[in-house]
Parts: sequence; structure tokens; C-alpha cells
Amino acid sequence: MAVTDPTVTRPTPDLGALRRDFPALHQDIREKPLVYLDNAATTQKPESVIRAEAEYYRHDNANVHRGVHTLSERATAGYEKAREVLAGFIGAKSAAEIVFTRGTTEAINLVAGAWGPANIGTGDEILLTGLEHHSNIVPWQLLAERTGARIVVAPIDERGNVPLDGFRERLGKRTKLVAVAHVSNALGTVNPIPEMIRLAHQAGARVLVDGAQALGHLPVNVAAMDCDFYTLSGHKMYAPMGIGALYVRQEIADRMPPWQGGGDMIRTVRFEKSTYAEPPQRFEAGTPNVGGAIGLHAAIDYLHAIGMAALADAEDQVLQYALSRLLEVPGLKLIGEPDRRVGVISFAVDGIHPHDLGTLLDHSGVAIRTGHHCAMPVMEHYGIPATARASFGLYNTPADADALVTALNQAREIFNR
Amino acid sequence: MIDSELAALYQDIIIDHNKSPRNFREIPPPRHEADGYNPLCGDRLSVYLTLDGDRISDVSFKRSGCAISVASASLMTEVLKGRTAEEAKALFERMHALLTGQDDGPSDIELGKLEALAGVRAYPSRVKCATLAWHTVQSALEDDNDSVTTE
Repeated sequence: MAVTDPTVTRPTPDLGALRRDFPALHQDIREKPLVYLDNAATTQKPESVIRAEAEYYRHDNANVHRGVHTLSERATAGYEKAREVLAGFIGAKSAAEIVFTRGTTEAINLVAGAWGPANIGTGDEILLTGLEHHSNIVPWQLLAERTGARIVVAPIDERGNVPLDGFRERLGKRTKLVAVAHVSNALGTVNPIPEMIRLAHQAGARVLVDGAQALGHLPVNVAAMDCDFYTLSGHKMYAPMGIGALYVRQEIADRMPPWQGGGDMIRTVRFEKSTYAEPPQRFEAGTPNVGGAIGLHAAIDYLHAIGMAALADAEDQVLQYALSRLLEVPGLKLIGEPDRRVGVISFAVDGIHPHDLGTLLDHSGVAIRTGHHCAMPVMEHYGIPATARASFGLYNTPADADALVTALNQAREIFNR
Repeated sequence: MIDSELAALYQDIIIDHNKSPRNFREIPPPRHEADGYNPLCGDRLSVYLTLDGDRISDVSFKRSGCAISVASASLMTEVLKGRTAEEAKALFERMHALLTGQDDGPSDIELGKLEALAGVRAYPSRVKCATLAWHTVQSALEDDNDSVTTE
């Protein structure tokens, strides 16, 4: 199957025109046009994705991998095609390296639950970074509690980068796994993933990359990156909620024990002993989210048509424009100024708590996220309980950044009266 | 121009109490105290009070939080001083009904300036900001001897 190379450069897409593909963007909130800047929480879905999932339920709905009837054959074909397309999209060598999950959280828990106990023991170390989302911290803590392993954290600096020196110093003989975000959901930092993977492999550790905030914004190639595990959430890349995936390198998958037990993951079941299916089925117990996988396929088709490299360039232009406009707002302080940033801008405004900002901006039709962003250690690092976070997607334009700035100035007016 | 709905939520009295919170201090022990925590936003609050018999002789708070939560705590301390524990409980129930939109009309209990917080009911995700101080003061009152610190 020919999958388009996602890194092929195309002309800069017309972002304004792409907005038309997203029905949810075209509505008024409190009598003002919606400006959706909460894409790091979840993206809106293009019509083609909504239609693909709906059409599946209208025409092809059946359970996969078991029926010989026509609908089951169609559902199975659609589900497996989605796996193949996703494998091509992220540069996996084969579709067998893709395990469908509910999302990134489940993918990380799968690795912690199946690969973890078989490979990590008492006194071993799991290296994280200070930037991680709770979903890339807590599963490892649970594993460490069970196995007697130790969590080690590579610190972040004042700007919100993870300096490689500090990372290198914490890699040792006992490091069995490095689990690191490709892009920070709280600050937008793009971690130096290729260097981190090279250093980790030199130290003999496996590497899991949490790609939740990267896919949909950056071209990703897991083979070139040379990671061992890569996790993703469909709903943060214009696909439906409830579908995501784990990429797991073939030779690791082959030796990885099952995680959840149930139907579809077995070869034979006897009360004395069962045998298990080959990957990826071994890790997909129970009825999967077929409609979600088909929606994910449609989202990848949509991104392919734009071209990931062109999309990344266009998004970066809007992000840089938004950064420059935000700095014009009196009393606004950026939280985190990483060397390389994608998608996310966290900030604080003097004298206005982030939650008040969130409510005030909503009145201008501007949707942002406020709070700790499931990254409490990052908040602790900056000594703050919460930030306001504007996060961008492919349909956001410079006019959206202007609307954000206007709304922030109105909020200041209300609080400074 | 300031949006009228917003002006109803962020009334002058709320902005004022947020900028200059009243009774924003610790009461030295012996005292009753309780901590409140809103896991949704990570905001924390401490309430301190002293009783003269059954009557609240002093009440204060410390917190960092949004304008709604700071103003709510500040207004609460002003209103509660001199009230009995029972009156405080009745006020809380009345406040809770007001904030969650279950206000069932006229009542013997006058809310007075606390009514400035009524705008919150249009924002379900913000109701907890306004009620946290009230929950915390209840726990400070109910925990009687257990929560009194004497160090």
C-alpha cells in the first residue's frame, strides 16, 4: 500500500479555508464568534472524520476478526486498513507494530502493565522529565511501587527546556526505561528527542515517547527517531475521542506478555492454559473501537492532503505571531520560553487569576484552558498553582490571536476598574 | 464597553474584596482551623476562627485563588463574625441554594451583600470557587476540639 510521505513539502495551506471543514468552529458563544484555542485539550473534527465514523455505523457496523458475514468482513477490513494507514503515517515498519488503544493514557498503561513487570525489577530506574503530563508519571509510579524500581527525574530549566546535560547525568546502569514527552502539553516545549534516544540507547535503556501533543502538529517518523514505544491520542489530531495507539518496536512486541486478557487476544483457551495471539492482537483484548479507528484513518487522510511539513510551517507562523501580540498585553508574563515550541502558549496576567481569565475570555467567545494542565510538577517548578493556556490547531489564524489579545485587554479593563 | 453579564458576575464589590480581602490573616492559636482544597484548580484555603461560647468571635482566612473564591471567603468572614455556629450553618445552606440556582424564594435568612455572588450560578464550573470557603468554615466549626491547634 502506498502511503504518502508526510514530510513532503507542499505550498503553505490556506488556513482560513480549512476552517470551513470544521462544523463546530462555526457557532457563536455568548453572541460572539467562537475562537477555539484549546486544541491541546482536544481538537475539533473535520466533516470528513465525522462522516467516516457515522458512515461506518450506518452501513458496516459489525464485530471484527470473527464473523464470516459480509458486514464483519467490511468492519475488519476498515479497522485493519486504519492500522496500516496509521503505521505509514508515523513511519512504523509494519502495521503489526501498531496497537490500538483508547488513547495515550491507555497506551502508556499498557507498556507499564505488560512490558514493565517483565523488564523492570527492584533497584532499576525509570527516567522521566520534569515536563511530563500526569499520564506519563503515575503509571510509572504504580509500576515502581509494585516492582521496587525508582523514579528519576531530569529537571527543566527556567525557560522550560530539559537540558541534555542534566538528562545525561541521570542515565545510568540501572536505567531501564526513559519515558519522555515529545511536546510538553503545559509549555509547548519540543524535547530534543533524537539526542535523548541516542543517549538512552547508549546507556542500554528503552525509550517511550509520549506523542500526544506532537502528532497533528509535526511530522513524526518513529523508525527514523529510533524510539522503542510511541504513544498517541486520536482526538488531539482531529480524530474522534476514544481511539489512540501504541507503536511498539516489532522485536519488543514479540517478547512482550499480554496486558488485558479476553477475547481476540488469544490463540487457544483451555482451563489448564491458554496461548496468545501474535502482536498486535495479543494486546487488544475485547471489542475494539472500530468506528474510532475508521475516524482516525479519515483524520490522517485529511492531514495527508495538507502535508504535515507545510502544516507545521503554517502553524508556526500563527504561533509566532500570537507570541508577539501577547507580549503587547500589559502585565502579561509568558510561563516557559522554550528554545523550540509547538502549539502551546502558557501565560499569566498580573492581578487576574487564570480561572477568572478563563471565564472572562469565554465571554468574548475565546476558549482557552486554565488550571494545572495535568502537569502539577511543572506548576510547582514555576511556583504557581495554574496558568492560562492558549493552544493552536491547523485552523487557527492570526485573527484568532488578535481576538485573544482583545479579550485579554477587556479582562484587564474589568479587573482594573 | 463591559459586557453586562460579566459585570453581573464581577460586581464592584467582588473586585473590591479580591483586591483588598478583609480578615486576610492568621488568628494565633488557640483557634479552630480547617484547610480546604479544590483539586480541580489546585486552589487551597485555610480558615481560622475563635469561639466565645457558641458564638464566632473572630474568623479569618488565608488563600491564593481566583477573584470569586477570594471575594467569597472575604465576604463570608465579614458576615460570620458574631454569629452562632447554627446561624452559620443556616447561612451556608441558603448560600448554597443561591449559588446552585435552587433558591426557593423569600426566606427568613437575609443574605445581604452575599447576594453579590449570585452571578456565579450561570457558571457551573465556578460554583465550587464560591462554596469552598463555606465548606471549610463548616469543617472548622464541626471538628471542635480536634482541629484546635494550640502550638
